[in-house]
Amino acid sequence: MWTWFHRLASPPSFYRLAERLAPWLGAASLLLLLGGWIDGLMFAPADYQQKDAFRIIYVHVPTAAVSLSLYSAMAVAGVVAVIWRIKLAECAMMAIAPVGASMTAVALITGMLWGKPMWGAYWVWDARLTSELVLLFLYLGVIGLYQAFDDPRAGARACALLAIVGAVNVPIVKFSVEWWNSLHQGSTLLKMGKPTMSAAMAGPLYAALAGTMLFCAYAVLRRMQNELLVRERGTRWVGELQRAQAVDDRSASV
Amino acid sequence: MHLRGANGAGKSSLLEVLAGLRRPAAGVLRRNPDPLPLHWVGHRNALNPHLSAVENLRFWCEFNGQAVQRVAPALDRLALPAGARRRAVRTLSAGQKRRTALARLVLAPRPLWLLDEPLDGLDVDGIATFAGLLSEHLKGGGIAVVTSHQALPKDLPAVREWTLQR
Amino acid sequence: MSAMLAIFRRELLLAMRARTEWLMPPFFFIVVVTLFGLGTEPNDPKLAAFAPAILWVAALLSTLLTLERLFRADLEDGTLEQLCLGATPLAVVALAKLLGHWALTGLPLVLLAAPLAVGLGVTSASVPTLVAGLALGTPCISLIGGFVAALTVGLPRGGLLLPALVLPLITPALIFGTGAVRAAQQGLDAGAPLYFLAAILVLSLTLIPWIASAALRNAFD
Repeated sequence: MWTWFHRLASPPSFYRLAERLAPWLGAASLLLLLGGWIDGLMFAPADYQQKDAFRIIYVHVPTAAVSLSLYSAMAVAGVVAVIWRIKLAECAMMAIAPVGASMTAVALITGMLWGKPMWGAYWVWDARLTSELVLLFLYLGVIGLYQAFDDPRAGARACALLAIVGAVNVPIVKFSVEWWNSLHQGSTLLKMGKPTMSAAMAGPLYAALAGTMLFCAYAVLRRMQNELLVRERGTRWVGELQRAQAVDDRSASV
Repeated sequence: MHLRGANGAGKSSLLEVLAGLRRPAAGVLRRNPDPLPLHWVGHRNALNPHLSAVENLRFWCEFNGQAVQRVAPALDRLALPAGARRRAVRTLSAGQKRRTALARLVLAPRPLWLLDEPLDGLDVDGIATFAGLLSEHLKGGGIAVVTSHQALPKDLPAVREWTLQR
Repeated sequence: MSAMLAIFRRELLLAMRARTEWLMPPFFFIVVVTLFGLGTEPNDPKLAAFAPAILWVAALLSTLLTLERLFRADLEDGTLEQLCLGATPLAVVALAKLLGHWALTGLPLVLLAAPLAVGLGVTSASVPTLVAGLALGTPCISLIGGFVAALTVGLPRGGLLLPALVLPLITPALIFGTGAVRAAQQGLDAGAPLYFLAAILVLSLTLIPWIASAALRNAFD
């Protein structure tokens, strides 16, 4: 078990594993997303209150769901990076950050677009939107901090510490924002009820959710591969990879 | 031990690794579970420019739990003029700052000295004073690892010289 | 313990030597609050409603002013390496530095807040809540901000990064601090948010010194 784990954590074997895994993940996510979105946007019945506007749910909910889980994943990778100083965990962290940030941004933008017809304004200080905004700031902070360091290892460790503090902070932010919103219950905030969804509506949502998760996994793997190649340039295994690539290119051009 | 080498050869980095300030870029450093108490004088003096020499050394005494009465004798030993002791460190000359930093070596006896370019900025007198200090430390059974691009003063007991190549 | 006292004494001495640096945050605090007063209609009653937010944000910004220097001066003159090598755990050193920072920067703001709040039209009944909130919240700002200052200490442009990293982390303290005053203004019980603030402070006090010391060590690697 341990030896297997250690072998996996070595950059070249992880790179090869990712190389094998990534196409499958990419294809599966593409299928699920296409299926879910086509079904959801064209065939699912319209909501009797929100009409067709509700269909943005098929983008908004999956991205919002993964935005938080990606942050937790980044923080876990951060803990591993700080305690065991595993290079792969550092790469994972720095690969997750931009993916998570873009998912958070998409969730925010679709939330705002959805808010306009539903609440009459692009932005309301709703508890969920606000904590999503803070989450975006946390992601951008991690990315900005990493960019500021010259040495990627020191940068990744600093980011890991920041991500850990941020992970402790996220539930507190959520709680505080909910408390803050309950303070002025009188305002005309349209509470989104929890209407039971019909299976025809929920089916595509689950497909889109699974597709988004797989897409994130795919993007993170590919980014990790990139990060590994950049960091390990000049090592033997990267050199061998380059030579193999060159041979492939030559045979392709013939 | 005298570490030599061209600029950028890694003398300071090696010394920082020895002190435990920095992790080696590759390889494993095995740490003694019961490390020797050490004095570290880096290429920066660890003196706050807004405080005087005496105030700076008093802080290090208090921080390390040593008696503050040792400050004045230590500065005597390094021959820092009385007029320079109460002025803010930023007004002192480079050599005077270096003398103040080296005075920390005298505040408490510790068996291991790690010194990064201790001669920087010192005048002939200062170098002689430092040589006396170092040879006393070595004769007392102390160990010192010193980086210096100039030759160390003669008549030091048991100096081994290492040159780092890039 | 004696090491902590030594660091306190040193911070105090330094504040006395560089008085303008030390007086800058409270002065900035007063200026920001005054500008808000001048930026609205004279005697606008709405100012009182915004007072908690104004005072909290002004306190946050004026604390950020000094945070960048907190560890940087020590890094530049080599003091930090000596502190790392000392027998005292670096976490204790970090705690002492952060508490010293609060005593010299946060505490004056807490003391100034009451007269400024009255000036903004806050009723005297809710001033104690405001001051209590700031008394619990400014140490949180010093601790969390100090951690970020430790993260960015070795960076040439760390000062630009600092506010962007601190602000999302400090959101909960801001929400509870200002919420407590609003609750008091509306005649509600302000106990709960103040307890939450106290909880955040205790959590920061226990966690931040350790993680800040890891950040400081990282500056050498």
